[in-house]
Amino acid sequence: MENKQGDSRRKFLDKGLKLGLITAIGGIGLTKLATSLSAQSQNASGDKMQLMTTDGKLIEVDSSEVIEVKHSNNNDEVYNVREGFPNRKFVMVVDLARCKNAQKCVKSCNSAHYITTHNAWLKVYDMKESAETASYWMPTLCQHCDHPACVKVCPVDATFKRRDGLVLIDNERCIGCRFCMAACPYSARVFNWSEPDQIVAMAAMGEEAMHHESTPDYAGFPSVKGTVDKCDFCPHMIKEEKLPHCVSTCPNGVYFFGDAYEDSVTNGEETFQLSKLLKDKAGYRLMESLGTEPSVYYLPPVDRMVDFEQGLDIYHELNPENKSH
Amino acid sequence: MQKYDQLVKDLAPKKFGIKGTIWITFLIIVILAALYAYYQQLTKGLIVTDMRDYALWGVYISNFVFFVAVSLVGSLISAVLTISKQKWSIPLTRIAEIVAIASIVMAGLTIIIDMGRPDRLWHIFVYGRAQSPIVWDVLVISTYLFISALLIYYPLLPDFAILKKYYKDAGSKEGKWYGKLSLNWTGTPKQKHILHKSIRTLAVLIIPVAFAVHTVTSWLFSTTYRPGWDSTNFGPYFVAGAFVAGTAAVIMITYILRKTHKLEEYLPDEIFDKLGKLLVLLCLIYIYFNINEYLIPAYKNTSEEKEHLYSLFFGNYAILFWSVIFISFIFPVIVLIFPKGRKPLPMFIIGFIVLVGSWWKRYIIVTPTLLHPFLPIQDVDKSWHQYFPTIVEWTITFGTLASALLIITILVRYLPIVPIQETAEENNLIETDKKSE
Repeated sequence: MENKQGDSRRKFLDKGLKLGLITAIGGIGLTKLATSLSAQSQNASGDKMQLMTTDGKLIEVDSSEVIEVKHSNNNDEVYNVREGFPNRKFVMVVDLARCKNAQKCVKSCNSAHYITTHNAWLKVYDMKESAETASYWMPTLCQHCDHPACVKVCPVDATFKRRDGLVLIDNERCIGCRFCMAACPYSARVFNWSEPDQIVAMAAMGEEAMHHESTPDYAGFPSVKGTVDKCDFCPHMIKEEKLPHCVSTCPNGVYFFGDAYEDSVTNGEETFQLSKLLKDKAGYRLMESLGTEPSVYYLPPVDRMVDFEQGLDIYHELNPENKSH
Repeated sequence: MQKYDQLVKDLAPKKFGIKGTIWITFLIIVILAALYAYYQQLTKGLIVTDMRDYALWGVYISNFVFFVAVSLVGSLISAVLTISKQKWSIPLTRIAEIVAIASIVMAGLTIIIDMGRPDRLWHIFVYGRAQSPIVWDVLVISTYLFISALLIYYPLLPDFAILKKYYKDAGSKEGKWYGKLSLNWTGTPKQKHILHKSIRTLAVLIIPVAFAVHTVTSWLFSTTYRPGWDSTNFGPYFVAGAFVAGTAAVIMITYILRKTHKLEEYLPDEIFDKLGKLLVLLCLIYIYFNINEYLIPAYKNTSEEKEHLYSLFFGNYAILFWSVIFISFIFPVIVLIFPKGRKPLPMFIIGFIVLVGSWWKRYIIVTPTLLHPFLPIQDVDKSWHQYFPTIVEWTITFGTLASALLIITILVRYLPIVPIQETAEENNLIETDKKSE
């Protein structure tokens, strides 16, 4: 008997809930229908608009029928430090045929990011694939991989990958375990082994710079003791619609910066279609076999503008004191 | 009755003598020196170490791996051997668990010493990400510590009850504490049943956790691309090496305690004989994994591996590498094959050689790989091409070793080194005791 009562009550509740749900859905549907009907009947302004459908057809509709759709979040419109610039995918192309180790990129990077460690973020390697092949200069910076090994191993999400392709570091969160440095095959990361000595360089920038708070999108401003630093692709320059320092200061136009969605890269003077440039000049990426999917492409050192010469190979010349001048 | 009283008297914890006081003072001095060194490191940063952007991990990490390795012996002796009903290892279970607890605690502390921002340790708990092997390591190490603590505590319950009575009879205050710790253990069949069941459950549980602890520790290396670490062999290779290191540590500590506490009767020569045979087996397994780990990459000799292996076989690390392999792992096997080699004193010496070799073994797993990155090391100070720990690093490292020994010493001071209850049961002393009452 008790069981039966319980059953019937459950059934009643079940029915009630279902009915309520149907009413609610129906109500919403009716209001929707009503609003769309009224929109059609009331303001047929006669002002026509041409729109493209998702399958590429052009259609003409009355402008009154076009309603702006609100997105649940505004990541597609607003810059957010962890999400990046909306609808962008930054890439770099480094033309090895043009590099003659002028070191201007290293110097400008060091001074722009107040780099005080003895290890620059941007390095120019003296490379030689084998005994028989020619030497060439290879600048490297953070490869901003699409499958970043460093991000995978970070225990606290201090280093992260943004939608616009950048891999950045939150120096206020980093615990200094250096696992990311061990994981990075490109040796792109450096550590602040001691309190960074940036006061002189920052004081020159004025009082405001001295109190600048550490932020992931301006690496090294300031650096934080016991945390990891690396090339950040200069989001602070992108914000001002300028090119990263290494790109703009290179006298030989080695670096091309751009957007993969726009399919274009520029070194400030020349602009190329990215896909065509990579195809024509047989672009490649470093250590492709590791599956890291870097955002930095290299053009092979063929038809070089200059012969390979031994440049600055003594690190003293690259000391931070000398680097920034 | 008399026999039982004698047993309790023999096995009850003993106060420190003069030697013990000197030993403790020595350990505390070393630890204080390490604390001072660590203070230097905290204020100046990790610049006081010889680690730099290439040799980004050093002696702290290898020391951490060493501690994790040694801690595995707890599970080997008190779980694997107990479950497989190896009666000879019963007197060793407590020592093995004490060594395990001391080293896993120190492993946890050592990894904090390596952090650039120890003040942000809490970030791991707040922002922890499941895909990072470090988070797995934190999880398994704390689980292992917890189960180990239970596994040492449960078998102590009857012993605490025995000690309570013993000290009460002797009119000592210590009895009160042991009474509280014994959780009203009276030894009823029901209590015994629950206890045995719990211990057995823990003993089974701790085996996979122990394997996980050291396997995850090996993954800190093998999840990277670097030559020398990029190996599918790393998990079992580390676990095999861990059993070698831990057994060597237990051999040494058993030998010392047997001398200082005059426990020859309870820790007979036969135990060393058995431990010697066990160590031979473990060393052989470890040598087998070493062959896989080094000779197969050397056979293929890819350009990345070549540079790394050259530095181990013929280069900067050759003397260390071959000494560790031959003196610490192959030589002990040869000595321990002979029964004379398995006598207590030779065993102690062999244990020492194996343990020191095991420490250096971890050092040459961590350091040389980092000095052979994919891109060449260029445009940096010459000293960055090398790594050797600074005085600060050595002081802190010795401090962690001294801390582990201090934990062991303190536990040995207050806990019965050889389980009293189990030994009495083994010798059928409990029954006679009850009858005479």
